[in-house]
Order: sequence, then C-alpha cells, then structure tokens
Amino acid sequence: MTVLPLPHTVEPQLVRDQQTTQFNKWLTIALFTIPGMLLFILFVLIPIFQSVQFSLYRWDGFGGLTEENYVEFGNYTRLLNHDIFQSAVSHSLLVIFGSLMIQLPLALGLALLVGRGELPGRKWLRTILFIPYVFSEVITAILWLYVLHPNGLINKMMGSLLPDYNSVGWLGDRNLALIAIFAVLTWKYFGFFMLLYMAGLQGIPQDLEDAARLDGAQEFQVLRFITLPLLGSTIRLTIFLSVLGGFQQFVLVWVLTQGGPVNSTELIATYLYKFGISRFNLGYGSAVAVVLFLLTLVFSLSYQRLFMRQDFEYEAS
Amino acid sequence: MRTSARQRSLNRFAGLGLKYIILLSLIAVMMVPVATAVLGSLRTTGEFLAQPFGLPQREIQWQNYLGILGDDAFWRAFLNSVTITFGVMSLNLVLASMLAFVFSRIEFKGRGLLFNILSFGLLFPLVVAILPIFIQVRQLNLINSLWGVILPLVAFGLPGSVIILRGFFKAIPRELEDAAYIDGCSRVSFFLYILIPMARPALAAVATLQIISGWNEYFLPLLVLNDPKLWPLPLGMMQFQGQFGTNWSSVMAYVTILMIPAIVFYIFAEKYIVTGLTGGELKG
Repeated sequence: MTVLPLPHTVEPQLVRDQQTTQFNKWLTIALFTIPGMLLFILFVLIPIFQSVQFSLYRWDGFGGLTEENYVEFGNYTRLLNHDIFQSAVSHSLLVIFGSLMIQLPLALGLALLVGRGELPGRKWLRTILFIPYVFSEVITAILWLYVLHPNGLINKMMGSLLPDYNSVGWLGDRNLALIAIFAVLTWKYFGFFMLLYMAGLQGIPQDLEDAARLDGAQEFQVLRFITLPLLGSTIRLTIFLSVLGGFQQFVLVWVLTQGGPVNSTELIATYLYKFGISRFNLGYGSAVAVVLFLLTLVFSLSYQRLFMRQDFEYEAS
Repeated sequence: MRTSARQRSLNRFAGLGLKYIILLSLIAVMMVPVATAVLGSLRTTGEFLAQPFGLPQREIQWQNYLGILGDDAFWRAFLNSVTITFGVMSLNLVLASMLAFVFSRIEFKGRGLLFNILSFGLLFPLVVAILPIFIQVRQLNLINSLWGVILPLVAFGLPGSVIILRGFFKAIPRELEDAAYIDGCSRVSFFLYILIPMARPALAAVATLQIISGWNEYFLPLLVLNDPKLWPLPLGMMQFQGQFGTNWSSVMAYVTILMIPAIVFYIFAEKYIVTGLTGGELKG
C-alpha cells in the first residue's frame, strides 16, 4: 500500500492539531515541574547563592546589607587565619581518613563474610548488623554519651576486668575525644557501607570465581584479582560517599561534645554553628559555609572526573 | 592428593563455625550499648550506676516509662514528629514523582539543563546552607511553624528522590506509553493510572527514605522552632536529657522508647530501605 499524499485542504487543521498538542505538552511540563522546581529554587538554590553574598558582609542577620557592612573578603581571611578553623579542617580530614582506613575495610570484610557463600540465617545477620544505622543521630549520641561517661558502661566494664583501671572521661579528654567520636561514627555508619558492598557483590557472577578456583587460585588470590576489581565501582562510590559524609558530619558531634573539650573535636560544621550561627555572625558563618561547599564541590568534581567516569559510562550504556 | 568427602564436609563446618564466631562476637559487642539502654531503663539509676550492664535485681522499674509516657510534652513531641514526617513524605513523593515523570518521559528543550540544576542540589547537605535557609524561612514568616521545617526538608530531599524515581520510570517500556496514547490516554492519565501504580516499589523506597529523614531531623527544627510546644522528638529527647540528665534510667527509657519504633519500622520497611539505598541492586 502506498501512502497517499494528503490533500492541501487538510493542512491547516493538522497544523492546529499540532499546535494544541504542543500547547498541551508544555502545559503538562509546566504544571509538573513548576511546584517542585519552585520549592527547590526557594529553599536550595537561593540560599546557596545568598551564602556567597552574605559572606562578603559583616552581618548579624538583622537589618539590611549596607555598604558600611561590606568587608569584601575580610571574613575569608579572618577565617583562614583562625587556628580553631584550621584545626577543625584537620579534624574533619582525620575523621575522613579514619573512615577510609578503618570503617570501609571493616564494612567490606563483613560484606564478604555475610554477603556470600553458605550461611544459614544470612538475612537476620544482615538485619542486625544494619540496626545502628536506623537510629537517629540524636538517639545514637545520647546512648553513647552514657556509654562513654566516666561512670558509664565502658569504664565500669574495664574496671571489673582490670583491677588497677582508672576511669577515663573519653569525651572529656582532649586526646581521646576525637577517637571516641570516631568509634561512635563507625558504629553507626558501617552498616550502610556494608549494605552497598553486599549489593555490589551480588552483581558479581559466581562462575568467574569458581573458574579461578578450579584453575588452582587460592582464596586470597580470588579476592585480590577477581572479586575486588569487579567490586571497583562500588568501592569508588563508597569512598565518595564516605568523604562527603565526613565533611558534612554535624549532629552526632554536636550532641556528644559540641566540638569540645577545648575545640579538640571541632569539625567544619560544628565550627560553622558555633562561630557563625550561635554568635549571630551570619556573614562570617556564610563564609564558613562557602568554604565547606567549595571543599565538597572541588572534591566531588575532581573525584568523579578522575575515578568515577568509567562507572557513569558503564551505567549509561 | 584428593581430600576425602569427609574431610571436605569437616572443612565446611569449620569454616561456617568460624564465620559464626566472628559475626556473633561482633554483633554482641555492637549490641551491648543497645542492650545497656534497654536494661538500664528497667532498673533504678542506682542499680544502673553500680552495674551498667545487668539484669534488674529488684522489681522492674516501669515508672521510668510511665513518667515519660504520662507526660504531655512527650506526646506533643510525638505528634509534631508525625506531622513533620507525614508532611515531608507526602509532599516529597508528589513533587518528586511529577518531576521524575517529566524528566524521564517528556522530551523538551532545556530538560537536560533543568535536570542538571536539580542534581546539583545533591552536593548540598542541609548543614551547608542552614544559615541562609534560616534567613529565607524567616523572610517567609515561617519561623515557629512546622512548615518552616517541612518545606526545606522536602526541597533538599527532591534531588535524591527524583533520581531514584526517574531511573524506575525510564525502565518502563516505551511501547506501553505509545499504546496508551494511541488508546486516547492523555499524558496526565498515563502518569496517574499507569506509571504511578507500576512504580509502587520505587515510590515505597522513596517514601521510607523520606520518613527516616523527617523523623530524625534535628538541626532544622533546632533553628526554626523556638517554641518548645512545636518541638519534634529529637529535640524533645535533647530537652529531656538536659532536664533529667542525671536520672540515667529515665534517659535510657526515653532512648528505648525512641529505638523501638525505629527498629519496628526498619524490620517492616527493610526491603524498601535497602532498595532505596542501593538503587534496587540488593535482593533479600
């Protein structure tokens, strides 16, 4: 059957039809995107751009931004020269380093242990190991406040095990508080990373590993040369999330120590709250927020470019 | 040399036994703080301080719980938490599914740009922008209103939800959509009557993640809600701890009361939480 050419008289009708469908399409687009985008612009985009603007003023949050308040990059130079801010950055980096070196390997080890092979009750074990992640930060922090207290669980237990043990104020000691906080962070978050690793492991075909074993590969060789490389995209993702999470850590630390004692557990976000918000230095606080944002942005962009590109390409295909 | 079948099954059991020993001892260590809270809440503070980890020696101290559950402040905080959580979940679900529909199913100029702007939001946790959000909320006269908590939380949750839903919507075959349109279905009815019912698992995953985020939020209510009558449970818990901090048993009872719904919710919604967090890769 051949397609008959349409008579010329039909064309205006067709054009009008096309116009109404075009109109309907744009109406749908507008109705469906405007409410969500409006909320997003109002509470995410505008605040972010305002941060940049506020950071150039010495401003307590009341009254307008005036020319007398304008300090150009004054907040930034003050901030970068503030020793407490410098140590807050280094504490944040330490927490991130610890997460990468201890938390992620622990989560990976557990995922390998629970996630594969014969293991009756696997589902229950996974469920229980994930439980700390479901508690809110506030519950977690208050629970650990009492566990780490000088008269708390850990000290009492150590005391009954070791006769000469002296109680330690884990959160009150400048040298121990950050370590104690790191332990709590690990307790709370390893389950999340374990879950991601388990998901990744399920994507690895078992035959590949079996084939290697048949060829005489030892277990650790299978792990080193087959399992881990195939888990690469998941590992890269968990490193990414772990670093971002480390920069953004706030509530747990705030409830446990408020950044103390003597700023020894100050992280970037607690510094922002303490020196920006609670002292009504909104301009200064905005400068902290912008620095924090730039740190995350530079990290995300360069990390994605350097390490995660292949993962995205793989996903897109 | 070939190992005998007997030897092999022995090895298998030894391996399994070792796995269990490692896992169960780890779980034991991990669960001690949780068990301490539960056990502590059933005893007097004196007993608790003398022996933090132990069974009640005297009668069970239910009054630790009754004191909290009989207090209006607790139920007010509970109601505020429910309101915030429900508001965040429903609003996020509606707005995110509409956006995800447009981003996955309708082609138009500027779609990529719009989607990129939205995804850009993933880089900002609430903590970073908390200051200007506070000012924005103040400008909109939403200080001391639960909306001042709900709306920013919804906005910050949108990028993640849209990305999860868009993936699911995209996976629904094009032919289905074409068939629906040929049958005279409009875009909106395709969305409402075909896409949404089909995407129920993804919607449930998004809903559970939003429920968790609304229920647990602490920072935003801390800034936006000055009136203690409006405080949700995380702030109520902090206030209680501040007031009765030395009464360890009562604090542990409060902690236990808040842990129970979290665990119950988690057990029921585990499938969806796991789907949401791992992008649907991990199966039970």
